[in-house]
Amino acid sequence: MAKLSIVEAVKDALDCEMERDSSVVVLGEDVGLNGGVFRATDGLFAKYGDRRVIDTPLSESGIVGVSIAMAVQGLKPVAEIQFDGFTYPAMDQLFSHAARLRNRTRGRYTCPLVVRFPYGGGIRALEHHNESPETYFVHTPGLKVVIPSNPYDTKGLLIASIRDPDPVVFMEPKRIYRSFRDEVPENAYVVEIGKAKVVREGTDITLISWGAMVRECLKAADDAAVQGVKVEVIDVRTLSPCDYDAIFASVQKTGRCIVVHEAPRTLGFGAEICARVQEKLLLYLKAPVLRVTGYDTPFPYFKLENEYLPGPDKIKKAMAQVMKF
Amino acid sequence: MQKDIASFRVKYVQILDEKGNVDKKLEPELSDQELRDLYRWMVIERVFDNTALALQREGRIGTYAQSLGEEAVHVGSVFAASDDDWIFPDYREHVAFLMRKVPVKNLLLHWGGSEEGMDLPERSNIFPVCIPVGTQTLHGAGTAIAFKLKKKKFCSLTFVGDASTSTGDFNEGLNFAGTFMAPAVFIIRNNQWAISVPRVCDKPDWGGCQSRAQTLAQKAIAFGFDGVQVDGNDVLAVYSVVKEALEKARKGKGPTLVECFSYRLPPHTTADDPTRYRDPEIVKAWLKKEPLARFKLYLQKKKLWDEKFESAVQAEAKRMVDQGVKEAEDFKPKPTDMFDFVYEKLTPNLSEQRKEWLS
Repeated sequence: MAKLSIVEAVKDALDCEMERDSSVVVLGEDVGLNGGVFRATDGLFAKYGDRRVIDTPLSESGIVGVSIAMAVQGLKPVAEIQFDGFTYPAMDQLFSHAARLRNRTRGRYTCPLVVRFPYGGGIRALEHHNESPETYFVHTPGLKVVIPSNPYDTKGLLIASIRDPDPVVFMEPKRIYRSFRDEVPENAYVVEIGKAKVVREGTDITLISWGAMVRECLKAADDAAVQGVKVEVIDVRTLSPCDYDAIFASVQKTGRCIVVHEAPRTLGFGAEICARVQEKLLLYLKAPVLRVTGYDTPFPYFKLENEYLPGPDKIKKAMAQVMKF
Repeated sequence: MQKDIASFRVKYVQILDEKGNVDKKLEPELSDQELRDLYRWMVIERVFDNTALALQREGRIGTYAQSLGEEAVHVGSVFAASDDDWIFPDYREHVAFLMRKVPVKNLLLHWGGSEEGMDLPERSNIFPVCIPVGTQTLHGAGTAIAFKLKKKKFCSLTFVGDASTSTGDFNEGLNFAGTFMAPAVFIIRNNQWAISVPRVCDKPDWGGCQSRAQTLAQKAIAFGFDGVQVDGNDVLAVYSVVKEALEKARKGKGPTLVECFSYRLPPHTTADDPTRYRDPEIVKAWLKKEPLARFKLYLQKKKLWDEKFESAVQAEAKRMVDQGVKEAEDFKPKPTDMFDFVYEKLTPNLSEQRKEWLS
């Protein structure tokens, strides 16, 4: 088995699916000869040519709008948007059309496409290159939202997304694109969309997170273990549809729940998890459900990004707080 | 040093003037049956339009966008296309659906507030009504690119209004089509009004208008392909220009933008009051140029129109529309459909909410 990083797993997934299914096409800015600004499509242009690895004009709404039409015509477009902050021009096409086409036509036309993009902070990047816009997509009925946190899941979830009959927004945590490698099987395999994963078992506190923040939670959990606090960490993996059963099962056991995400706190996906947990498990809760998140500010320029981003220290503070109850 | 490095021309085409006189050199070769069909479809659209307006006034459908006066744009364009070409309407091209064998029932379900209306018949090759202005340009461009990738000899035909030309998606769509030399034809229904905002700028130093460009057709030049302006109230001109554009596209020679110069005689929708912003006298003048009257004169001269033909066409249109009204009004939407078509399979959330609705 090869050891791959997350960004290599993205490429591997694309390669597997392009080889298996000739209707899969990749399109976006610089995805061709250049192999993508993060090299997520590196080598695909040489292997599959310019009819399947398509460089487009710099036009995000265009990329998604054209992908919608391709999907209806039976192609399987995987569109790359170069950065999180550049998904905003494409939102109208995603929200008004991709997400609604099936419902609007009562199933006559469907829109199986993937829009993938690197997201999140922590890489000392320019403004508009650090955003965590997952809530916007989760809030839009008709879209699925998938966020892997490791190379194995990246490959399996991206393949599942490409094979999914509905439009999938696939967000890749760029901060950990190359931070570590995992054993990744060479063949195609699927990690089911809609299933969370318990990445560390514990009985005292449930930490819930996704993307690059899962590693921060694991670090905080390791530190807590030294003090005898047993922390369970859940990697949500797919925010829409979300696996609430896995979350409820864990919180029922621990009675303490903290959600960790990079996006701003107000109406971040953590808010929804908090609401659902108290609706379902009020009498099991030993402490208020807390959130460790980005602040309700624009993502700061990079001199202050470490102050903004959640990390083990902030998570440990929240853990100490819930353990007081 | 300075020199001119680019220049362009924009053609205007009119074949039939408002008195029914034909430009013999440009007259398209159409059989008697085809000419009568053009007329027939325009009548059907008008009968549908009048009926839908009446239904709206009686509260039997919701807000409705009339097509009165723009029939030649819709009928001429769709008539020029082959059944395999895909059509991307906005919300005023009612007859485009009917010409693609979509029952009247579906249109009335749509305007009557049920998604089932856009559950379009198999192989109608037309996209659903598109309300966000200009966004469909990208679907037309993308479809044409997909046809090219799949080595199919089909084209896309996209309708937008004059205001759509101000949107990002219109420009992005034309740019995609131009760069990929896509087999796409884009039709601008220039009816000169975006609700209350006029197409043309009449103030030398301020806005309050859609575009200062002399024509909308010339916007194509910026994307590397041709733009043509036609008399949008002349069904023969619309047909001929669109036919030629589609043939060019099918030969791999790229897209064309066709600006159909017409006028929105009715309000924007039934929710609009145009007396607030335009002079009714101008509307009256444009009424004289409407497309059916001149085409009837032309058919009369060719001995293809008489009272008998007219009443047969009117009766057919009425029958078709009346049947659609009955079918649409017999339809009851199933509330659980609200949940069942968001994704292929119900998500746990939706399943829970569906149960909540049922309980």
